[in-house]
Amino acid sequence: MTRTTSDTTAPGLFVPPTRFAVPGRIAVSNREAALWQTATLTEVRRETPHASTFRFAVPGWAGHLPGQHLMLRLRAEDGYTAQRHYSIASAPDDAGHIELTLDHVEGGEVSGWFHTLAEPGDEVEVRGPLSGFFAWPGDRPALLIGAGSGVVPLMSMIRHHRARGLTVPLRLLVSARGPEELIYAREYGAETTPVFTRRAPEGMPVGRLTASQVAPLLADERPPGGWEAYVCGSNAFAEHASRLLVSAGQPVDRIRIERFG
Amino acid sequence: MNVTRGFTGRPRVLPHSPEGVGGAPIAGLPPGQYDAGDDWPVLSAEVTPDLTPADWSFRIDGLVAEPHTWDWAGAHALPASAYEGDIHCVTSWSKFGVRFGGVSLDAFLDVVRPDESATHAVAYSHTGYTTNLPLADLTGGRAWIAWEYEGRPLAAEHGGPARLLVPHLYFWKSAKWIAGLRLLDHDEPGFWEQNGYHARGNPWEEQRYSGD
Repeated sequence: MTRTTSDTTAPGLFVPPTRFAVPGRIAVSNREAALWQTATLTEVRRETPHASTFRFAVPGWAGHLPGQHLMLRLRAEDGYTAQRHYSIASAPDDAGHIELTLDHVEGGEVSGWFHTLAEPGDEVEVRGPLSGFFAWPGDRPALLIGAGSGVVPLMSMIRHHRARGLTVPLRLLVSARGPEELIYAREYGAETTPVFTRRAPEGMPVGRLTASQVAPLLADERPPGGWEAYVCGSNAFAEHASRLLVSAGQPVDRIRIERFG
Repeated sequence: MNVTRGFTGRPRVLPHSPEGVGGAPIAGLPPGQYDAGDDWPVLSAEVTPDLTPADWSFRIDGLVAEPHTWDWAGAHALPASAYEGDIHCVTSWSKFGVRFGGVSLDAFLDVVRPDESATHAVAYSHTGYTTNLPLADLTGGRAWIAWEYEGRPLAAEHGGPARLLVPHLYFWKSAKWIAGLRLLDHDEPGFWEQNGYHARGNPWEEQRYSGD
């Protein structure tokens, strides 16, 4: 027999005030999520002095949605394994291939291996895609805010938007210390506003993301029905950006956050 | 799986841990985890709420003899209970020897008296986040409502003023900004569980995703 909550709970119970508890938008395939697959490194592209993109052939990859992540596993000769979550950078329409963009984390045992030892032909293991929470299938206007390598899952969304020729509104605010540390700098178009916190080209302001950059997107540029907001970056950045969004009127239950560090 | 060419991993032998010699796992570190050291990453999917102790309340209802709601003072009137040990996040970091202060969940459950038919609970947060747990994982001195970390008030980004603490399961089960528990006679997936994560989340069995 199928039971629902109402079968067993009394009326008048707690109703979450923020209605954050929406189920995932995207159904996750449990079968795919449980399966480890071999991924063969085919190409390494330098993005910035500290970040590179690693392209893999994964012939059995079932596809993903922009914003989803995977788990990656490395194995040492003595059987020790290390696994990490990484956002997928590539668009879904890249049959049999996925791309990850990794920062070289100081002392990082997985990112360290990628940045100092990995070369085309090397094999690692991946499972996924995982989690439907941060995914964006391209159906609703999306306001993306990222910092540093937090732009990675957001770039998958922009690439998807472009590859499919979608017309649904899409905007990206991306923060980096300076132009040389702006990941995917060559790929941005009119949808993107970069924010430089330490060093900026002549004539551009230096400083962190401000209300004056967020508020117009929620007023003048607000699409009918409003935005789905996706925030990704360090915890400090995510706290800052999500508070700016709330202050500018974005409903808290339409802000999705991925934090790292 | 084949060995990853050139990958050795971090040094992982504890000085007083013979079982750590030769690359065997560090005692206390579940499979697939690494020691985060002093770091305590923040991983919440929602906006951190502005929730003061005066705003906070905690309710237990559902299959209980007497539903009850505690406010900050009422919860603090229960006997204090601390946890000192390790915590494990599904994203693969673990933290050794952390200390939380609060009240054992047993003390709260004694007040509401769960029905014999209650087998599971849904924990929910003041943000609306939910996570499901077998009732057996919440009783017997294995779960707490925690409001102190290392002797200080729990920070908002880590779930302060108060969070659920179920340290023997992956930490997404330890709902931040805990608002209540609803006792049920069946399992009902919560937020991450509906997003592909495992129903129980035992780190020692690597129950990360549905199907593990």
